Order: sequence, then structure tokens, then C-alpha cells
Amino acid sequence: MGIQLLFFVLSAFAILGALGMLLSRNPVSSALWLVLNLFCIAGLYLTLNATFIAVVQVLVYAGAIMVLFLFVIMLLNLSAGQGRRQFSFRLALAYVLGVIVLAQFTYVLASGMGMLPDPVPVAAAVASGSPTTLAKELFTRYALLLEVIGLLLLAATIGAVVLARKREVL
Amino acid sequence: MEIATSWYLGLGAVLFILGVLGVLFRRNVIVVLMSVELMLNAVNLTLVALGQTMGDTAGQILVFFVMSVAAAEAAVGLAIVIAMFRNKLSVDVNDFNLFKY
Repeated sequence: MGIQLLFFVLSAFAILGALGMLLSRNPVSSALWLVLNLFCIAGLYLTLNATFIAVVQVLVYAGAIMVLFLFVIMLLNLSAGQGRRQFSFRLALAYVLGVIVLAQFTYVLASGMGMLPDPVPVAAAVASGSPTTLAKELFTRYALLLEVIGLLLLAATIGAVVLARKREVL
Repeated sequence: MEIATSWYLGLGAVLFILGVLGVLFRRNVIVVLMSVELMLNAVNLTLVALGQTMGDTAGQILVFFVMSVAAAEAAVGLAIVIAMFRNKLSVDVNDFNLFKY
């Protein structure tokens, strides 16, 4: 019963964080709400016994990526300007599109209720979420992909520096 | 007592929808990028939930790669935002119509 209570508290705070990010006018407070959401998702990974992914979530998302966002927001010195768009035809269309996507998700989830796989025992889930198992997979079977991801990150770093560089003519 | 997998999938769907609404509704391009991160997180949550339910490590390996790509995307996206801000002195998506026919 305790773990279910934990799930509900964490998911309530995750949704609260997402809503706060969506509705707050100041970009800095948007970013801080998103940090709350990311921490709650890390907690949810822990309830799934995915310990390695939970730690990586806190390090990479709540740490690195959000620091990058906050850094750029403060670098650009934004004012807490207009939050949401003015009402228009496009806004109504966007709302309808969102509702359609939500309906599709609900339908898929509801129709798939009986088709979900049977859960494996907890011990197997703990084993498959441990850093040892993941590292074995990552450095043997997925070693090439790991190298490719390293190249991608290098390319992204160079690209970001080139894009953000100051130049006279654009 | 275990937590049903469908609850995680439902939470992932709700978070994904909130991310979609953020991309569609918000004008600040930095908040739009944050909404994209939120959508990626929702998908990661469903991947981990299904992978752990089936005792398969492939889901978590995929989440690892998605996180790397999300980091690259955030770096390049924010660099583009800085470049656009330098030209237009604005981060409003309505002002970014460089490619508009």
C-alpha cells in the first residue's frame, strides 16, 4: 500500500510541476516548475526499480539540461512578458488538436488494458534496472551505438558553439 | 502490492499531452523547448515502465540514448534561440517568421 501511495503523491506532483510550467508567466519559474517535475519522474523511476536511470535523470535532466535553460534565460535577460497567446483561430485549432491527441491516447490506453504484459517478479525487475546489467549491455551489445552517441554529442557541442558565436554579418 | 503498468502509461500520456499543449499554446520559445523536454520525459517514463514490467533492459538502454539526444537537442536549440535573439531581440515564436514563404 505504501508504494502505491508514493506513486500517487509523486505523479500528482509531476502533473502539478507540468501544469506550473505551462501556466507560469515568468520563464524562470517555468524552468523551476519543470525541475520539480523531473525530480518526481526520477522518483517514479525508483518505484520501478530502475535505479541507474533515476540517477541519470537527476544528473542529466535536473542538473545539466535545466542549468543550461536557466543560464540561457538569464543570459537573454527576458522580461516576464506575455504568457499565453491571444485568442485567435489558430489558438482554437491548437486546442482542438490537443484534445484529439488526448482522445487518441485515452482510446489506445483503454483498448490496450487487457493486452498489457504480465509483470515479472520484483527480483527480476531489480536485476534488469541495476547499473551492472545496463553497463554489460551498453558496453557489449550497444557499444557501437554508444560511440555514435558520443560523436553526436561532439557534433552538437561544436554546432552550439558555431551557432551562438557572435559574428558581424548574418 | 504492485503498481499496475497502466497507471504509469496513463501518467505518461497526461504528461505528454501537457507538453503538446505547451508547444501549441506558449509564445516564449524557451518554454516551448522545455515542453519538448517534458514530452521526451513522458515517453521515457512509458519506456522504463514497459521495460521493467517485461524484465527487459532494452527499454532502459533506449531511455539512455533518448536522454543523450535530448541533451544535444537542448544545446543546439538554445544556441539557435541565442542567435535568433541577437537578430530580432525577441524570443516570441510569432516574431520568428524567417522561413515563412
